Amino acid sequence: MDMPIIELKGVVKSFGPVDVLKGVNFTAYPGKITALVGDNGAGKSTLIKGLAGVQPYDGGEVLFNGSPVHLHSPRDAGALGIEVVYQDLALCDNLDIVQNMFLGREELSAGTFDEGRMEREAAETLRQLSVRTVKSVRQKVSSLSGGQRQTVAIARSVLKKAKVVILDEPTAALGVAQTAQVLALVKRLAEQGVSVIIISHNLVDVFEVADYISVLYLGQMVASVKTSETNNEDVIGYITGVKTYEGTSA
Amino acid sequence: MSAADGGAPATESTTVLSALSTEQLIGSGQEGGLMDQVRAWVQRVRGGDMGALPAVAGFVVLSVLFTALSPFFFTERNFANLLTQAATLVMLGMALVFVLLLGEIDLSAGVTAGLTMVIFVVLVAVVNLNWILALAIAFLTGIAIGTFIGFFVAKVGIPSFVVTLGLFLGFQGLELIIIGAGGLYRVETPEILAIQNGTLPTWGGWVMLVVMLAVSATTSWIDRSRRTRAGVPNRTIALVWAKLITIAVLGGVVVLILNQNRGTGFKAIEGVPIVVPITLAILWLGTFVLDRTKFGRYIYAVGGNAEAARRSGVKVAAIRWSAFIVCSSLAVVAGLFSISKVGSVDAAAGRDIVLSGVAAAVVGGVSLFGGRGRLIHAAIGALVIAVITNGLGLLNLPAGVNYAVTGGVLILAATIDAVSRKRAGGSILRT
Repeated sequence: MDMPIIELKGVVKSFGPVDVLKGVNFTAYPGKITALVGDNGAGKSTLIKGLAGVQPYDGGEVLFNGSPVHLHSPRDAGALGIEVVYQDLALCDNLDIVQNMFLGREELSAGTFDEGRMEREAAETLRQLSVRTVKSVRQKVSSLSGGQRQTVAIARSVLKKAKVVILDEPTAALGVAQTAQVLALVKRLAEQGVSVIIISHNLVDVFEVADYISVLYLGQMVASVKTSETNNEDVIGYITGVKTYEGTSA
Repeated sequence: MSAADGGAPATESTTVLSALSTEQLIGSGQEGGLMDQVRAWVQRVRGGDMGALPAVAGFVVLSVLFTALSPFFFTERNFANLLTQAATLVMLGMALVFVLLLGEIDLSAGVTAGLTMVIFVVLVAVVNLNWILALAIAFLTGIAIGTFIGFFVAKVGIPSFVVTLGLFLGFQGLELIIIGAGGLYRVETPEILAIQNGTLPTWGGWVMLVVMLAVSATTSWIDRSRRTRAGVPNRTIALVWAKLITIAVLGGVVVLILNQNRGTGFKAIEGVPIVVPITLAILWLGTFVLDRTKFGRYIYAVGGNAEAARRSGVKVAAIRWSAFIVCSSLAVVAGLFSISKVGSVDAAAGRDIVLSGVAAAVVGGVSLFGGRGRLIHAAIGALVIAVITNGLGLLNLPAGVNYAVTGGVLILAATIDAVSRKRAGGSILRT
């Protein structure tokens, strides 16, 4: 098996007296899609926020490409190439697609925007992801559908050659056709060598795209399995805590 | 890419090719000829992105109406008068755009203008300070006021409405304390009076127009060459010509009218009022900052979705804070325009104008909800309100009618804003 790009060893996080993560191990591989599932309150968001540098872990080890790193701020995560696409998308409706994709990292030339260069890079990124649903990169985001917005948010995350993209419930608010579009996009991301971590409640989606499934239950990683070696029923069992995983490969 | 735009030379054919293959998937909205661009614009307008269109229409309709109703409206004298009357409101409206874009408001902008001018005049008239020094102190006071508001809004987290309402009341009190009830100081500084009452020499107006055309042509050229270098399509060059011709024709007519002698006595009064180039320069600089720099882009981003901006690494508090400083500083300029026109400062200076300033911005198409609007919108909105005041005054209608009509126009404009927002929002649901 390849070397994991991200490896968490025994990470812990507590809020006051509440232990949210109780020594969690987690791995993600380049070019692979790892689904992170678990019931509400299992600690999925906390695990992700630690990786994003938004809420640093209290303890445990984070290995990036095999070497220990510290993620104390979003900037640390960004420097390593870890990008997060949040559930509520975080796009500005009043700006166009290019402006959103480059927000906070605009290309300048002589102190002013080099719009041509930004437009070109944005269009190229969308093209690499084979996005066909967007008519013009100069469309305002307010005119886009939910699926198109999700597409832009994901494209934004890979614009600067991200190595790890974390997607928080990317299909939660989408219709059937749009969900299919976004899942196809997620697959293309992985095909390009990006390590994708996807949080989802929708097991149908998870089984469609994920290479690995990691299940959190009350702050503990109760199962980390290859999608091909498990089934819907088992995963639901792990999520609800009625089944325990007894495999050998973790 | 049309052949007319000159395109990239043949040696760059590979870049052009790859740009073309990008276009097959996703366009940039800049392709096609003049008619395609016009169609795209019509579509944007119908989608709810009307910009200053209603205000421009209002301006034209009102001007035609008043020209028909009063023989004095469309005269050289009234034309110059209208511009100088509008100048204060134009500047105040532009000042407010910076905070309105954030979805904030500065109710104290008017009295900031008033208070700083009280300080200026008292320093000159009573303390006998050099006027340039006094002006510097007035500007520093404006910056300090903006810093104060920004601190409470961005750091402490008090709604700007409350902070600036407090200052609106407080500064009126300060003005009263400094000047005394019923007190009034005349403005004696010739340089300040010249802003509104002095004029450029007649050739100066033409120079101003040529500079405007040169600046517009240069920025268009830089934009286009950058896009060409990046291999993305340019809008048809016809649009650049259309813009330049519009500036030349409209500006030419304005300069021509203002260069006529509008004096009634022996002394000729002719030429573009000095306030016009000052206003245009600030309008250009502000638009440049808002459209082409990070600070400007982040103002729009924070106004559109502050949380998204924060996650993208934008220092939201710093942007909010500095926008209030810009607003208060430009309010000082509005104050200067005002005392230059009126010629005196009293204890109520700036009390009445702030809501007209907000009205000007909103009438022009700046959204009160943040994220949408441009400086030129506020300027056009201010002209609409000035035309109403000026025209109704010429018709000898009572002042009450003026207030009522201005209020009606404001509500109409806010309605257009809300409806167009709904339409823009509706398209999300439709697709």
